[in-house]
Amino acid sequence: MPIINMKKDKILISHGSGGKLMYSLIENIFLKKFKNEIIEKLTDSAVIEFDDFELCFTTDSYTVDPIFFNGGDIGKLSVCGTLNDLSVMGAIPLYLSSSFIIEEGFDIDLLEKITESMKRISDIAGVKIVTGDTKVVEKGKVDKIFINTSGIGIKDKNLKIGIENIKVGDVVIINGTIGEHGMAVLLSRNMFNIKSNIKSDCAPLNKLINEIIEIGGIKFMRDPTRGGVSATLNEIVRNQKFGILIYEDKIPVKEEVLSMCEILGFDPLNIANEGKVIIICDKKKSEEIIKRMRKNIYGKEARIIGEIVKNPEGKVIMETITGSIRIVDSPIGEQFPRIC
Amino acid sequence: MKYIQEYRKPEIQKKIIKEIHKYGSELRKRINIMEVCGTHTMAIGKYGIRKIMPESINLISGPGCPVCVTPLNYIDKAIELSKINDVIITTFGDMMKVPGSYSSLEKEKSNGSKIFVVYSPVDALEIAEKNNSKNVIFLSVGFETTTPSIAQTIKIAKDKKIKNFFILCGNKIIPPAMEFLLKEKDTEINGFLCPGHVSTIIGIEPYKKISEKYNIPCVISGFEPADILYSIYLILRCIIEGKAEVINEYKRTVREKGNLKAKKIINEVFEICDSEWRGIGKIENSGYKLKDELSQFDAEKKFKIDVKYPKEKTGCICGEILKGKKKPFECPLFEKICNPENPFGPCMVSSEGTCSAYYKYEKR
Repeated sequence: MPIINMKKDKILISHGSGGKLMYSLIENIFLKKFKNEIIEKLTDSAVIEFDDFELCFTTDSYTVDPIFFNGGDIGKLSVCGTLNDLSVMGAIPLYLSSSFIIEEGFDIDLLEKITESMKRISDIAGVKIVTGDTKVVEKGKVDKIFINTSGIGIKDKNLKIGIENIKVGDVVIINGTIGEHGMAVLLSRNMFNIKSNIKSDCAPLNKLINEIIEIGGIKFMRDPTRGGVSATLNEIVRNQKFGILIYEDKIPVKEEVLSMCEILGFDPLNIANEGKVIIICDKKKSEEIIKRMRKNIYGKEARIIGEIVKNPEGKVIMETITGSIRIVDSPIGEQFPRIC
Repeated sequence: MKYIQEYRKPEIQKKIIKEIHKYGSELRKRINIMEVCGTHTMAIGKYGIRKIMPESINLISGPGCPVCVTPLNYIDKAIELSKINDVIITTFGDMMKVPGSYSSLEKEKSNGSKIFVVYSPVDALEIAEKNNSKNVIFLSVGFETTTPSIAQTIKIAKDKKIKNFFILCGNKIIPPAMEFLLKEKDTEINGFLCPGHVSTIIGIEPYKKISEKYNIPCVISGFEPADILYSIYLILRCIIEGKAEVINEYKRTVREKGNLKAKKIINEVFEICDSEWRGIGKIENSGYKLKDELSQFDAEKKFKIDVKYPKEKTGCICGEILKGKKKPFECPLFEKICNPENPFGPCMVSSEGTCSAYYKYEKR
């Protein structure tokens, strides 16, 4: 882990990438100052224990560029992202806050569209936006609009979801095709003069997740957003006494995404998703879980993509299409900034 | 025909691998096959091809990563140029993190220098047109694959009489570097996996001279796993049959004479010169410079910059790696001190660098 020299170093774009550099910033700056028994777990939401339930609390800021992209907009993203961070903890999301930092001169018409989209998604998901804040800054001080949302949800005390429950032999499930969000946002920037139908997968996953939690056998969940599936799987195995083996030919990628990845030199495993969840569960329950997921609109292509293995400890490996094995590392640095 | 999936069918890979093992067992000694191109190095890592080779076949990586072989002095110059008021640097993304003697472009950007990543030199020219009070410099690096689009951009700039667009020229030519390596002592190369993209431009002629002179098989390969495996098989067959042929495996893209139009444009804008390769040294006739009549686009002529003597970090064996003499695992810095977040040498920085490929896909 690179050591941050606070007197000399400056923040680089890569520090916000969700990769190793960001982890080192969190560890060396934020955790060092804020350290307590809740934050140090670095889970998607903080879990605060009460007598008969647990409260999950999370926050996220959205700076996506462009603010409208194929398959969504910054408003939809700001609701889905926070909802999903609560859901993967096993919580039922209830209330959200919304804070807007808006650049002077921003079209009110666009603000209407963004808030309309937030309202629509929160209605679908069954959550309420109950508080908010507005700040306007001089032109050029932010790029159009940034949104922060925080969310709370409640979780059954008896529901044990956490990395500590994972065992060798458990399986890794994903609810569908990968890489669409990052690619859709990138292509919406019109940098490459390429027309494409790739749509962001941005979606609220709380209902899908609630449905499968009932089945039981779920050990851990996380949404593979920035850094994609490879970053998420590496987060799961970090410092653990197990590894993850995935199979290249089982990983679902739409043909269009695969083609764009080839053109631009990206690995679909490293590209952000906003409507996907990685589920580690007991193998015995996997069939039932997948069956249930496939009934939900956001889980139609759910499948097993890998398994928990004893060796190599703390690493993610992949059986490639040549029958060989390679390492799957976390992406390093910024693939492309401001995708969420 | 689907150009990705068709070449990635597991059953096809397995069939070729079986043949490679069959032929591999007929070899009397261990052979070294060098993949010249960085994109091949990455694909070999990504599909785990190195690991499934028989004992008798050693795949070694060559100098074909443009960022890796760009000399330190070039990076230092780019950094100095970025500090000039009213200068905008435009570059391919891979160059951002390459450590110069004292800084990197990424660090200069966070210090306030105007540095933009572009995907094409034409985008850099557009930035120049939109910012006519600024001087826009494009960091012109790359092999024959990239050079035509840069040459074309210069032609457009000339036609449009654009006065604020310049390039820092560091373009390189692959075949002279291959020949240089064959002449090196203690490097034994028994076959070349030749770069598909470069060959699309230059055709197969340049390899024929090398193949005949040094009695070595050269196979031009595509980048899908089936392409690479089949090319290895073809090299192997040549070696066993004692033939030094040039075979074009990448026929769906590479023509015998290459891309005539692209070659013509290169010759209109650039002339061949000797060139410094990082870690390797000076190679005769292995680089391009702008023709005299186009020197108004030469950033080095326009801006007077004072660059200190380049300071290479000690302990880094990138030079030996670029020549195929050593593998990343033999470097004492690999993984422990040198990694993609904290790269010591260029082979770890570039997304196509050999060390980066080993770190990403094969580290222990």
